[in-house]
Amino acid sequence: MANIIKLRVNGVAHEINADPQTSLLSVLRDRLDMTGTKYGCGEAQCGACTVLIDGSPRRSCVTAVGTAANRHITTIEGLDHHGRLHPVQKAFLEEDALQCGYCTPGMILSAVAFLKSNPHPTEQEIAQAMEGNICRCGTYPRIVAAIQRAARKRAEL
Amino acid sequence: MIEDPSVPALVEPAVEPAVEPERYEFRAPAVHHFELQRRDFFKFLGAGVLVVCALRDLPAQESGARHPGGVGFFEPLPKEISAWMHVSENGTVTVYTGKVEIGQNIRTSLSQAVAEELRFPLGDIQMVMGDTQLTPFDMGTFGSRTTPTMNLQLRKVAAAARQELIGLAAKKWNVDPQRLEAVDGRIEISGKRKSITYAELVRGQQLTAVIPADESLIPPAQWTVEGQSIPKVNGRDFVTGRHLFPADQKLPGMLYGKVLRPPSFGATLVSISAPSFDLADNVTFVRDGNFAGVAAASEEAAVRALASLQAKWSQQPQISNKELFSYLKNNPVETKGFGGESRYETGSVDKDLAASEHQLRQTYTVSYIAHAPLEPRAALAQWSGNTLTVWTGTQRPFAVRTELAQALQIPEDQVRVLMPDMGSGYGGKHTGECAVEAARLARTANAPVKLVWTREEEFTWAYFRPAGVIEVAGGIHSDGTLAAWEFTNYNSGAAGIRTFYEVPSQRIVFQPTRYPLRQGSYRALAATANHFARESFMDELAHAANMDPLEFRLRNLKNERLRAVFQAAAEKFGWSGAKPAPGHGFGIGGGFEKGGNVATCVEVAVDRASGGVQIVRVATAFECGAIVNPDNLKNQIVGANIMGLGGALFEKIEFANGRILNPRFSKYRVPRFSDVPQIDVVMLDRKDIPPAGAGETPLVGLAPAIGNAIFQATGTRLRSLPLVPDSLKTA
Repeated sequence: MANIIKLRVNGVAHEINADPQTSLLSVLRDRLDMTGTKYGCGEAQCGACTVLIDGSPRRSCVTAVGTAANRHITTIEGLDHHGRLHPVQKAFLEEDALQCGYCTPGMILSAVAFLKSNPHPTEQEIAQAMEGNICRCGTYPRIVAAIQRAARKRAEL
Repeated sequence: MIEDPSVPALVEPAVEPAVEPERYEFRAPAVHHFELQRRDFFKFLGAGVLVVCALRDLPAQESGARHPGGVGFFEPLPKEISAWMHVSENGTVTVYTGKVEIGQNIRTSLSQAVAEELRFPLGDIQMVMGDTQLTPFDMGTFGSRTTPTMNLQLRKVAAAARQELIGLAAKKWNVDPQRLEAVDGRIEISGKRKSITYAELVRGQQLTAVIPADESLIPPAQWTVEGQSIPKVNGRDFVTGRHLFPADQKLPGMLYGKVLRPPSFGATLVSISAPSFDLADNVTFVRDGNFAGVAAASEEAAVRALASLQAKWSQQPQISNKELFSYLKNNPVETKGFGGESRYETGSVDKDLAASEHQLRQTYTVSYIAHAPLEPRAALAQWSGNTLTVWTGTQRPFAVRTELAQALQIPEDQVRVLMPDMGSGYGGKHTGECAVEAARLARTANAPVKLVWTREEEFTWAYFRPAGVIEVAGGIHSDGTLAAWEFTNYNSGAAGIRTFYEVPSQRIVFQPTRYPLRQGSYRALAATANHFARESFMDELAHAANMDPLEFRLRNLKNERLRAVFQAAAEKFGWSGAKPAPGHGFGIGGGFEKGGNVATCVEVAVDRASGGVQIVRVATAFECGAIVNPDNLKNQIVGANIMGLGGALFEKIEFANGRILNPRFSKYRVPRFSDVPQIDVVMLDRKDIPPAGAGETPLVGLAPAIGNAIFQATGTRLRSLPLVPDSLKTA
């Protein structure tokens, strides 16, 4: 049942010997030591495990690793470029849009994907797009502000 | 007047925290009973100056160990130390505190306290927190105690260190210390003709200073670092995913644990058989009393192994939430002392109630709710011989150390607990069951074991905010002043139970009861339930007296700080003169708890056809003395209101026969982006009052304000939390 799965994570190729039904989340966390992707619920309800697969946000807790083979996976560890933060990461810091920070990686990756599809969102559009991500500390208004800030920064470029 | 000391007083809290009776988890028996047979500072720290803060005032001869303008030697160190700080010869300052970071941002605010008094760059301060081997004992991070206690103690420690450094420089240069000044990590002679860094000054020194409790401090009005909006000090580690939470910890050769959970609460394990496991999975199976679990080479292998276990359980019938409130009401428990009944009585309640112009009597209820921290309980346990090290997410690392020592039957000094900044707790991670389970598995596996609870386990096997029944009776005179007040809380707790309104006759009782679910602390404790009942009832009285709810409150309120927040919230909201649109309603609620004062105004819109309730906007005013970090305070106030929305409107644990029926985010609704209304925050900065904590109290005004607004919009009075679990039609 185990077989070799080729994964491309943050531009780096990996070969993993795993059951293809294993969740992408546990492969990232336990096999590849990328613990920035978080477990929150195991049923795609909270968004803490969000990664990008070919640019689209996916809940890695319910994604079988086999289905992610040979596709481009981006995790929070791969978002900055040589220490230069992605504009969304920067905006989260500038708005201090976190408390405990456990939801933050999933929030940021969801926001990155969303801003690609809608570069100039309204507050309502942000809330709608981010509805699947839970912040139990309740920093939602700051996250909305951070996404708007990142959108403004992109517009200025 | 009968005054029970266990009822929290309305005045400033005592230095030692009063432990509220609803912290049920503090006195509950340990979850696991295993049937087992069974500093030297400078060596560790390197050279420098070490300053320790004694918990209590030292006897005169001891405090004399430190003399003005010079460095004191103190041997041995006092036993009761609350914090310590080390200024090293390599330019770093390290602060050791048993408090922990759980999202309330005390790593930042405590760094500010040290930077302020030490006159040292904030970014070069290291905070070592919640490591039982390195930090002084601390009871735990709860009760909004960090700012009023640890912030103050660290300011004193840092101020003392600054004085020691000035003394060292004075001696070195043979000048009057009065001519010296500490600036940004250096001691300078006024006029700046000469300066020396702290690191140079302490080179090769091994000095210890113990500070007395009366160290003089920079007054808030002169703060330059405290009082500023400093962002989270290690925020970058969180936005890059590099921060290692408890669940992210790893060790070489580590196994993954899983625990076999009983099918219902209180079930006992009759028998269990384990099959032969797949060798490649490297499974360790442990059965110890009622505990059964596995550790295996991977998470998946552990899940497989767990599923293959054949267990027989003996179960007992239990009550469900349908009969919850009658059960609480009918099962009082007569206990005294900690966690027991408390009673406050003054005047002649029955006589004054009977003689009053308007009398009302109502019952309010509060459901069980879950903390649901996004990071569930997690622990990594490692044995080395008979000593145990556990990394785990907890608000009480020292209590978890005790729990581990007792459960594993080893001395406490062979247990070390480390608490990496965790994915929050909200009062829900005071206990160490996950740490104990990981340690038990690791002992038999003879390898490090990591155990991360599933969401379902966190919803089921943690503890809940206590449900409660609250009976209130009150009477008012024809002029709208309160005549009598009777308030009885069954089970949910005594925090915030006393009324802050002026009433000559009062009877206020907390009545412990038997209860069906494991219950314990929660952000704001029972202050949420008690404020809900009190402030809803005040609204009912205001309507009975045909008075504006704000005017009615102010007529019965003398406390200036509370009046100020009510007035500030009302002004921000536009309370006076404004009329809600059809289908909309305004409500107000507020109160005092843990040194903080809050008032909250809410506008709701009710859709008559669907029964849906929307919170349109919230205006809240908060005051907790001098503000340490305005932006973080605002973050806490807004966050508390958003978390509070869930418990106010829809969060509710459903249970039957010892099972939780909604232990998942798909069945237990928590606030999400679209639930968030416009929230306007007014922060009153009282630089003349020492800062109090702010993580909890901002929550308590919201639920009654929403209920009162729904009443204004619809004429329907809701007396149960959550107010609108489904829609008004079913409420």
